[in-house]
Amino acid sequence: MIQIKNLTKIYYTPHQEIKALDNVDLSVNRGEIFGIIGLSGAGKSTLIRCINMLEKPTHGTIIVDGQDIPSLSKKDLHQARQKIGMIFQQFNLLSSRTVFDNVMFPLEIAHVPVKEARQRVSELLDLVGIADKARVYPDQLSGGQKQRVGIARALANNPKILLSDEATSALDPQTTRSILKLLKDINTQLNLTILLITHDMNVIKQICDRVAVIDDSRIAEVGDVLSIFSNPGTDISRSFINAISQKDEIEGYTDKILKKHDSYSCMIRVSFIGSSAGDPIISSMIKKYGIDANILYGNIDQVKETPFGHLTLQLIGKQEAVEESIRYLYANGLEIEVI
Amino acid sequence: MLGIVSAGIFANNSWMLDAIILATWETFYMVAISTALSYLFGLPLGVILVTTGDGHILESKGFNRILGTIVNAVRSIPFIIFLILVIPLTRLIVGTYIGTIASIVPLTLAAIPFVARLVETSLREIEWGLIEAALSMGANAWQIISKVLIPEALPSIILGIAITAINLVGYSAMAGIVGGGGLGTLAYYYGYQRYEDVIMWVTVIVLILFVQLVQMLGDKLQSITISKRR
Repeated sequence: MIQIKNLTKIYYTPHQEIKALDNVDLSVNRGEIFGIIGLSGAGKSTLIRCINMLEKPTHGTIIVDGQDIPSLSKKDLHQARQKIGMIFQQFNLLSSRTVFDNVMFPLEIAHVPVKEARQRVSELLDLVGIADKARVYPDQLSGGQKQRVGIARALANNPKILLSDEATSALDPQTTRSILKLLKDINTQLNLTILLITHDMNVIKQICDRVAVIDDSRIAEVGDVLSIFSNPGTDISRSFINAISQKDEIEGYTDKILKKHDSYSCMIRVSFIGSSAGDPIISSMIKKYGIDANILYGNIDQVKETPFGHLTLQLIGKQEAVEESIRYLYANGLEIEVI
Repeated sequence: MLGIVSAGIFANNSWMLDAIILATWETFYMVAISTALSYLFGLPLGVILVTTGDGHILESKGFNRILGTIVNAVRSIPFIIFLILVIPLTRLIVGTYIGTIASIVPLTLAAIPFVARLVETSLREIEWGLIEAALSMGANAWQIISKVLIPEALPSIILGIAITAINLVGYSAMAGIVGGGGLGTLAYYYGYQRYEDVIMWVTVIVLILFVQLVQMLGDKLQSITISKRR
């Protein structure tokens, strides 16, 4: 649906050149929710803005649904943009228009006949669940309600793609969840491709199919969300994942804990995904090798529908028994990291 | 009350009352027409100043710089000198440079760049995100100007209109000194040259009331447009 090749964006200031994007390649499939995560200043905002030419790429191709966006004429670009919806962190609703008229706005731009447009607006307000606020001005709405209007507005001209620029970053966690759920529902109902940028791994975890990690103007890693979560290939990915769990803090204390034991001990971190989360592997290991397992930290999480977790254990016992146990865990398909 | 007072002051000089009423009317329509005309030209000029600026929807750096320089140049001419400078033009348009109608020409011309800067300031207050959102929907420049910039800046533009009208009241009094009509002419000929203190003071009071009224009207209109949105 979206193919980006060699995308480079350089900002020229009188004193220096700033490379915001450096030869970025990316491909987003039809109907998927694709997340781009990065720290502020990493280039994710520039990247998403290049897709609808709010930022003009320095060079590179951006093909959206078969059209090379940067090569379009002004008029064709206006047409193409009508089929690429966008939602924003700050919502960007017009304060001079009611909710209803805000959603009318893109339809006016596209010269949709008024009667048809009004019909469409009513449908959209129903879809996002704010039909009762149609006559109200945006100043009277909560953040979550404003973003619902933003989503309705972005969907008005039946876009094929929705770009989401930190759409939940200004919202509280509960509202974030409800907006993400709405995006997921729309994605399924309308088979809409969603490309979102965020700095919050929770957003990626909750709704994305695939994720690209962007660091220092380049794509550091791309893959499906589950495999990046279970086996991050880069430090930057690891730091995003760790940011949403507390295990680093716990593991900071390990030195103190380890010294208390006289017999051989070893700290391991076990990662489990999907079905292996259901088997009592640790318990059977303890029985089989006659060792003790001190559970220091554990969490279980869900990436979309798949359970996924970490367990930080201290194994205590004879050295051979401990080493055997670790091999046993390996053999059962768990990911082990000796700390 | 006012009737009794004015009857007292003007008891022996009923021509004075008539003269003041006529002059007030002249000032009113001079200011009203030149305010309207200065927005007719100044509003588009302000929009052009903003939209051709750096990174804006109709970016055109050279053009913007030239336009900005012209606007500044006109604004830096003191109005009393400007009045004299445009006499040939006034003659060309109106046929004479004396009288109320003729005054409208210099008043309007002087106010246009002022209005353009006021409008520019109002439009710059609009968050870029709103323009970006409209662009992302495929809006063209005209749609952004007419559906985003002007409606969003309307409360601020209304206040600017009041400021312009008040400025023009002052300018019109200056125009009055060179025969422009209105309260300025009255105060100058009768108050200054004939030492009719009453005329002088009444003129001042009328001007104060006039300015208060315009400001109140502007504030009221602005608060109506804002409160509608809350």
